[in-house]
This record gives sequence, C-alpha cells and structure tokens, in this order.
Amino acid sequence: MMKRSVTTALICFLTVAIFGQNANMILEKVDQNMSSKNRIFQSTMTIYGKRNSRNISSKTYTEGNKKSFTEYLSPASEQGNKMLKLENQLWIYSLSTDRIIQISGHLLRQSVMGSDLSYEDMMDDRKLTDIYSAKVTGSEKIDDRICYVLELTAKVEDVAYYSQKIWVDEERFIPLKKELCAKSGQLLKRMELKEIQRIQGRWFPTCATYKDMLKDGKGTEFRMTNIQFDQTIPDYIFTKAALKQ
Amino acid sequence: MIKFLLKGILHDKSRSLLLIIVVCIGVMLTVVLYCWMKGIIDEALMLNANFTTGHLKVMTRDYAKNADQMPNDLAIIGVNALVKELKADNPDIDWVKRIRFGGLIDFPDPKGETRAQGPAVGWAIDLFSSGSREKERFNLEKSLVTGKPPHKPGEVLISNDFARKFNVKPGDTFTLFGTTMNGSMAFKNLTVSGTVLFGSAVLDRGAIIIDITDAQSAFEMDDAAGEVLGYFKNGQYDDDKAITVANAFNSKFAKSKDEFAPIMLRLKDQNGMAEYVDYANAVGEFMVFIFILTMSVVLWNAGLLGGLRRYKEFGIRLAMGEEKRHIYSTLIYEGLLIGTVGSVIGTAIGIGIAYYLKVVGFNLGDMMKNASLMMPSVARAVVTPTAFYIGFIPGLLSMILGNALSGIGIYKRRTAELFKELEV
Repeated sequence: MMKRSVTTALICFLTVAIFGQNANMILEKVDQNMSSKNRIFQSTMTIYGKRNSRNISSKTYTEGNKKSFTEYLSPASEQGNKMLKLENQLWIYSLSTDRIIQISGHLLRQSVMGSDLSYEDMMDDRKLTDIYSAKVTGSEKIDDRICYVLELTAKVEDVAYYSQKIWVDEERFIPLKKELCAKSGQLLKRMELKEIQRIQGRWFPTCATYKDMLKDGKGTEFRMTNIQFDQTIPDYIFTKAALKQ
Repeated sequence: MIKFLLKGILHDKSRSLLLIIVVCIGVMLTVVLYCWMKGIIDEALMLNANFTTGHLKVMTRDYAKNADQMPNDLAIIGVNALVKELKADNPDIDWVKRIRFGGLIDFPDPKGETRAQGPAVGWAIDLFSSGSREKERFNLEKSLVTGKPPHKPGEVLISNDFARKFNVKPGDTFTLFGTTMNGSMAFKNLTVSGTVLFGSAVLDRGAIIIDITDAQSAFEMDDAAGEVLGYFKNGQYDDDKAITVANAFNSKFAKSKDEFAPIMLRLKDQNGMAEYVDYANAVGEFMVFIFILTMSVVLWNAGLLGGLRRYKEFGIRLAMGEEKRHIYSTLIYEGLLIGTVGSVIGTAIGIGIAYYLKVVGFNLGDMMKNASLMMPSVARAVVTPTAFYIGFIPGLLSMILGNALSGIGIYKRRTAELFKELEV
C-alpha cells in the first residue's frame, strides 16, 4: 500500500515536471521564432472605427525589447510623424507642430491612434520566457492546425497582462491565438495571428488582429511586409535627433 | 381686542419676550437655511448648465450614452445645418456648438522637448463670433487672473492653478496632444493668452478653453461638433418648455435606428441633475420641517409653562364669568400676535444674513481639493420671494399651534373648584 502511494506520487511529480519542462521548451521555441536581435519592417494598420476604417502605414526599426523607432508614411495627416521608444520611455514627434512629446507612465496604456493596441502593446517585445511561467493545459485545433494550449502566468511585476492563454502551432511553434488577461482574470485583449510565413529561416506571423475586449468594434488589423531580421541598424536611428530628421 | 392683547404682550414681557425670541431664532434659521440651500442648488445648476448640460443639449445617440468620456468619434456631422434648423424651430433659444475634449498639454523647453506636461479637460466654444454669449456663460472676463481674453484663433485660456503648477505665463506656447475625430493623433500649437479662476475645484485642476475653430481644425472636425447646447434667451431654465422642445425634436427621429441620429436632452435629464435637484429640495424641506417641528415643540412647552404661570389668571377670569372658549381664543390671538412679531423680526434678520452670505459667500475650496463634482468652490446664498414666507408662515403657525395645545388645559378647569383654588 505504502509502495503504491509512493509510486503514484512519483509518477505525478514526474508528469508535472515533464509537462512543465515541455511548456518551457515550447515557449523557448516560440521565442526563437518571434524574437530577434533586431527587425526592420513595413506595416499597415487597419483600424475599424465606428463610422469608417483607416489604414495607417509605417516603417519600423526595433532592436531587442528596449529600442524601437517608427516613422508613419501615410495617410497625409500622419505622414512625417515618428515614435521613438528607449527603455520604458516613448517620444512622439509631430511634423505639423515640430514638437517632440514624451509619453510615459499610465499614458502608455492609451490606445495608439484609436486602435485596439496600446503603446505598451506596441513596445513590449520581451521574450515570453523572461516574463511568464507556462504550463500546457491541452491541445486544440485552430484553422486546421493542431495547437498546444498554454497558460502563462507572469513571474515579474511590470507586465501589461498578468496572464495569457496562447494556442501554439505544434509544428511551427508560432502562437496562432492569444488571450491576454488582467490579474483578476478579466479578458482584456484577444489576438489572432495569421499568414505565417517562412522568413530568414524562421516562421513568423505577418498579420495580427487585435481586439480590445473592453470596447465595441471590429478591432485592429496589423499587417507586416518587407520584414528583415538581424540587420545592421545605425545607432543614430534610436536617438531623439532622428525624430526631427 | 387685538389692541388690548397687544398692549398686554408689550407690557408683560415675561409672557412674550422668550416666545418672541424662540420664534425669531427659529424663523431666522429657517430663512437662512432655505436661502443657503437654494443658493447652492441654483449655483450648481447654473454652473452645470453653463459648462456642461445647457438648458437643452443635442448629441448623437451613441455620444449621449458615453458623454462623460467625450467621444468625439461619435460627434454630430453636418452640425451647421442642424444648428440652422434648431434656430428656425426655436428662435427663443440660443443654440451653440461645442466640442469637449481631453488631452495632454505639453510645454516645451528651449530645445522644443517636453519641459512640463499635464492632462487637461477642454472646452471649445465660440469665442469670436459676434453675438456669441459663450464668454459670458463661462464668466471669462470676470474670472481672468492674468493676461487677457483670446482675441484670435490660436489663443487660449488655461486655469490659473494649472498655469502656476507648470510655471506658465501669458504668451507661452504649448502643444495640445489629443485624438482626432477619426482616432488619429492630433497636435496643435497654441498660445496662452491668459489664465482664469473658475471657482470650481474640478475646473481649476486642469481646464483649457479654446475657440471652436481651433478645435475643429485640430481634431479634423469640419462641420462637426460633439454637442449643440441650447439656452433660453431670458437665462432662466423653464422645465416645462424644455420638455416640449425636447419631445418635438426627438419625435422626428423616433423611428430611426441610426446610432448617430441626434437626441435632445434637457438639463434635468443629464448628469443626474433631476435626482440632485429633487434630493436637495427634499433635504431642504426635511430640514425646514425638522426646524418647524422642534420650534413647535419648544413653543408648546413654553406655552404649557406659560399656562402654569397664568393658572391663577385663567382661574379668576373663569370665576368672573368669562367663557372658556373666549379665554382660549384670546390665547390663540396672543399666539398670532407673538408669532407675527417674532416671525417678522426673524425673517428680517434671516434675510439680512442671507444677503450677507450672498455677497460674501463661504469658501469651500479647501474641502473640495479632490472633488470630482461640478460644485462651486464658494457657496453663496440667494434671496428669493419665497424666503419672505418660508419662515414667516411656519413661525406663525407653530406659535399658534403651541398655544392651541397648551391652552387645552383651560377646558379641563372646573368652575366648582375655582374658589377652592383661589383660597390657596
């Protein structure tokens, strides 16, 4: 009897350990695909408003999770505006007023241009393994792709979303769907990642749909084109001087 | 008889002075309390009407559902035609366009980078059209602390506390950072022409007033506005008229399911004003009632004591053949006279105090530092025709009631026992 209990306990412990290890391994593989030393890409953000939809195109340079520079290319009202993120600070340059405005603190949680993304969503590019602990809770199919279902819980304080549920393509190790939640468990945002392409040896989603679950509307579509990973980006790009050039 | 009783009251101060003082104090307090409550309610109503609700307000249906968030993406488009139509239908109402907005105000350093920054609530009103009464409604001229009112587009007023916090003077420029009607980032450089003190904790914390044309260009709102407000040209809110106008307007769109169809709300429909006014009136009436009740009980008690003191007098009068009914009626008349004298004096003093409170006011600013209600920082009383009788009538009635109750004892006196009592 005693022997049976010990054996059962051992099997449970090993199962948890193995699954825990599996969850971390899955997350690491996701990070290998999603994270890079740096990235340069062009993107079009389609914001579905109540009355109409708008397309905003931009070019972005990012380096790790601490530096990001974006220049808006269209429409005409946005053209010439730029954003620079260094560490946890964000500066916005407006061509029409020739001013650099710093945004910080709770303002980073505000929506970018009326979209369903916040400045924090756009800026936070940390590796999931650095922020979350994970466990596999099951398996589901999304768009005919079998996915691991992972539940992530924050292991650091400064996170925008305390917990996430992600559906990771078993074959390509790309999240196809994410549910981002607050500490209370309230679902805050839902993301769907599509049009997975093979770029420079990695799988990468080139289209993401964000939906802010706390407001009405059809959400925001973020589509990336011309993505290049691990390029040489001049240092001056990530300076305030570059905002006014 | 009245003259006789009056002589008695004036000569025998021991039976009248205390009662007059009691009535006087009670009436005075009632009048002051009423004028004070009315002043606070009226000022809060006026402040809300001028700044927020108007006497009537037109918005799109979706905007109305979230009005406190100032959702300019749900603004009225084609507002010029709407205002023209409203003016034609209701020429006795002054219709004005307004845009309310929130945003960041960013003050630059010499390099053009952020020196100081703060959130602000803004009103975009018609500052420059001839015939516009918006400056008057916002009391801009009188509340100006430094600088001068805006004279051209691009010039704005900010709250004085806000300016002091960020060390900003008239002539300084800043950038307004907000969101356009379409959701894009909005930037506009503006110049501080002056600073104002609104006298309301909410507004003084961070408010900015700009011309509506500046807002329309900054937020890409050509021929659009968040709100259209209507004010009765005589300046007085008429709820019955407001109901008629609102119902007539809303009936035109009753069948429409368009979330952007306009809807008209009257003052009492907004910001819980109806509940606020009803609650405040109920509280005021309740407090007045308590005063009257207390006063009546005190006067009844005083009447009983008076009755005890005048026990022999009533006994002699009964023994001399005066009817009980007659003695009782003289008591009532005495009550009437004392009540009148006390009420007149109390009303006069009460109105005097209320007038003083109207002129000087009571500064509630320190108590309202973190307030989020649109309440005036200085509470003032208001003297209305009602003040002349709100205390007078209850003062009079309570004296009569007190005497009436205390005089019941007369009917219990028995003639057969009178002489025995008098022997003592």
